[in-house]
Amino acid sequence: MEEAAIRTVSIIKKMFVRLGILPFLLVIALVLFALMSDNFLTGRNLMNVLRQSVYLIMVSMGQMFALLTGGFDLSVGTTLAVSSVVGALAMVAAYAAMPDSIYLAMSLGILAGIGAGTLIGVANAVGVAFFNVSPFMMSLGMASVGFGIALYLTGGVPVYGMPVEFGNVFGFGSMLGIPVPIWVVAVIAALLAVFLYKTPYGMYFYAVGSNSKAAHLSGISVRKTLFLTYVLCASLAATTGMLLTARLDTGEANIGASMPLESIAACVIAGVSLRGGIGRLENVVLGGLFIALVQNGMNLARIESYLQTVVLGVLLILAVVADQARLRLVASEKD
Amino acid sequence: MTSGHLIASRALTRDFPGVRALDCVDFDLKRGEVHVLFGENGAGKSTLISVLSGAITPTSGEILMEGRTINPASVHEARQYGISAVFQEFSLIPELTVQENVFLGEEMRRGMFLDKAGMKQESGKLLEQLGFNLDPERRAETLTRAEQQMVEIAKAFRSQVSVLILDEPTASLTDHEIRQLFSLIGTLKKRGVGIIYITHRMAEIYEIGDRVTVLRDGRKIETMEVSKADDETLIRLMTGREVGAVFPDIDLPPPGEEILSLDRITARSGAISGVSMNLKKGEIVGLAGLAGSGKSAAMQAAFGLLPVSSGKVTLKGEDMTGRPPVEMIRRGMIYLPADRKNEGLMMRRSAGENMRLVSLARAPRQNGWFLNAKTEKQSVAALADKLKLSPNRPARAVDHFSGGNQQKVMLARSIAQEFDLIVLNDPTVGVDVGTRASIYRFIADLAMAGTGIIIISSDLLEIIHLSSRAYVFSRGRIRAEVSGKELNEETMLTCFFEDDRECA
Repeated sequence: MEEAAIRTVSIIKKMFVRLGILPFLLVIALVLFALMSDNFLTGRNLMNVLRQSVYLIMVSMGQMFALLTGGFDLSVGTTLAVSSVVGALAMVAAYAAMPDSIYLAMSLGILAGIGAGTLIGVANAVGVAFFNVSPFMMSLGMASVGFGIALYLTGGVPVYGMPVEFGNVFGFGSMLGIPVPIWVVAVIAALLAVFLYKTPYGMYFYAVGSNSKAAHLSGISVRKTLFLTYVLCASLAATTGMLLTARLDTGEANIGASMPLESIAACVIAGVSLRGGIGRLENVVLGGLFIALVQNGMNLARIESYLQTVVLGVLLILAVVADQARLRLVASEKD
Repeated sequence: MTSGHLIASRALTRDFPGVRALDCVDFDLKRGEVHVLFGENGAGKSTLISVLSGAITPTSGEILMEGRTINPASVHEARQYGISAVFQEFSLIPELTVQENVFLGEEMRRGMFLDKAGMKQESGKLLEQLGFNLDPERRAETLTRAEQQMVEIAKAFRSQVSVLILDEPTASLTDHEIRQLFSLIGTLKKRGVGIIYITHRMAEIYEIGDRVTVLRDGRKIETMEVSKADDETLIRLMTGREVGAVFPDIDLPPPGEEILSLDRITARSGAISGVSMNLKKGEIVGLAGLAGSGKSAAMQAAFGLLPVSSGKVTLKGEDMTGRPPVEMIRRGMIYLPADRKNEGLMMRRSAGENMRLVSLARAPRQNGWFLNAKTEKQSVAALADKLKLSPNRPARAVDHFSGGNQQKVMLARSIAQEFDLIVLNDPTVGVDVGTRASIYRFIADLAMAGTGIIIISSDLLEIIHLSSRAYVFSRGRIRAEVSGKELNEETMLTCFFEDDRECA
């Protein structure tokens, strides 16, 4: 009996060292919320969670690239806002100019939105890669710039008047019974996984974050890699912005304020190192899913929304503490 | 048996999960002696001094000081007994000045406030006493590695020291600075300080050691008088087997066409000026000189790491002046830096990933885009086998390998794809003798196969035994080019120093 207990503990320890804190948190959350609410463990609700998590997962995947290279992007929230506002404005204008070609207007709007958001990333990239501004300052500054632009363009008022089809397809549509946003994130995640693990360029992000001098000496262009990082991160946030716009049916300057914290939290909970060079995409997807799961569970359990932010902050810190403990275990096992 | 010892350990044992790093070690140090610890990387030397200096606690066994059991629980406590260690890893804060670093953690105070004037005076006195020519007001980040080493030693001396532990203190020092350190050690011995000295350089054992203890696999193999020791015995005790000469026989083909030439290269930073040198196919060329003499800067300029203000770099007949590393690598030149941890390796990534880093861009692809996980794994396994990585587990983080094996991982980069020219900067710093021999063999084989090799080294013996030709640097210029019979210690040393005496 005792032996079995010891063996279980050692298996759990091994799993913790290998996989990190996330699988444990997921199991705990599932059990806890299933006990607290009957509606939690239903197919419908879980699909709901998946759909709600799409936006955070997208942004977190971008954030992961920034963290891998040893930086981070605090402007993901305003990137979302800028793409939403610019995309909506462009779509409304295009729709008004040619009410007959709805899909052309939608495409133009989407392109404009993603393009505008990506420009924020280009600005970050230029600052970080070419002027050696710290990612913290650069993205913090751009967060302010972006938010200002989004407010200025809209006067703080939501943008209405997009074609209904936009919301119908990208917000509420589904294919083969699965909501369109989930398809979008699945395809993008698959592409990113191939890029990260199957091409040589994926390794470059890890190399730059692990030891940028070594990367430079090994013939890797640190500048190009950093540039790509922030552009990629912003374009993912911008795409998220358009998906959220479709869901809300309006262009809004105020969406995404919680994204910087939540996306970094999702990454850190998933074991991405804040010192750069360590982290895996599939875990980050799970990390985003976990946060959405907790939020959904807390809603069903009728936990007040103010308290929810407290829980989220505590979870984030807990994850970092657990990660430190894990690193010590890894070091002591030297394996 | 215990009489007369200053510090001693009895059956000292230390376990780490899965490994016994120190196994029942009896060790003793007398007053005024230099006791050398000798052994391969991972033999337990570092663990032993860590325990003695209170950095880690033993699993069992005891530490005695003049017959009394002390078992220090912390570095601080050990220091109060007069035990101070200078570890290989430096612990200086780059932003602080020399004097602030020296007194860090034990600041002098006047009432509630820092006694800056007092500390300045004290640190000045301390440095002078130790014979270090250092300005206490300089910031640590502006110091060379050798000067940082001096500050570390000064730190050890800010309180009364009776046992001084030095972990490979000469690894980053030039010959001149080593002289200085040795004369300091001599002074300390006369004062009755006992010194535990770790080194991989056998010549140093005979030069300053009184007794030597050989460790292997955490166990003490033997303690002997240095006067009775010789290379062969020590290596046999250390490795547990007979090892041939450390330096291999090298039989190079006649030099072929020119691979690299520098024509009056001057760096914008002024680190080198008017440096002209060349290397032909199948040559091993050594670059010698003091730290900061420009021997490393010359190669960094050639590799595109240092901006060049004038002159011309030619690689395989092509003008490559000022081209970035990525282009130099594409055209067949690779530079392996000396500082593995800061410039060379991704410490927290796997050994395999580190090996393949340089050659990923040229790795075979499927459909022109994708890496093949299987062939990648095979090529990593082949590299690990070829270099005898130990333990042979390339998926393990490089952080967890010994210094010698980390160096092997770096070397693997130079054969992960075909290069015409490999530049090695201090390839055997902190590497044990066994591994060192295999690294030399590796270099020799590459050269005999026709690869051009440039070795930058602070270890003169390395240059003398391996290279067919050498350049001696001093103050950013080439002072001499030596080959054949001139390639010896005396000739080269006279060129090291700054005066403009004729040399070579």
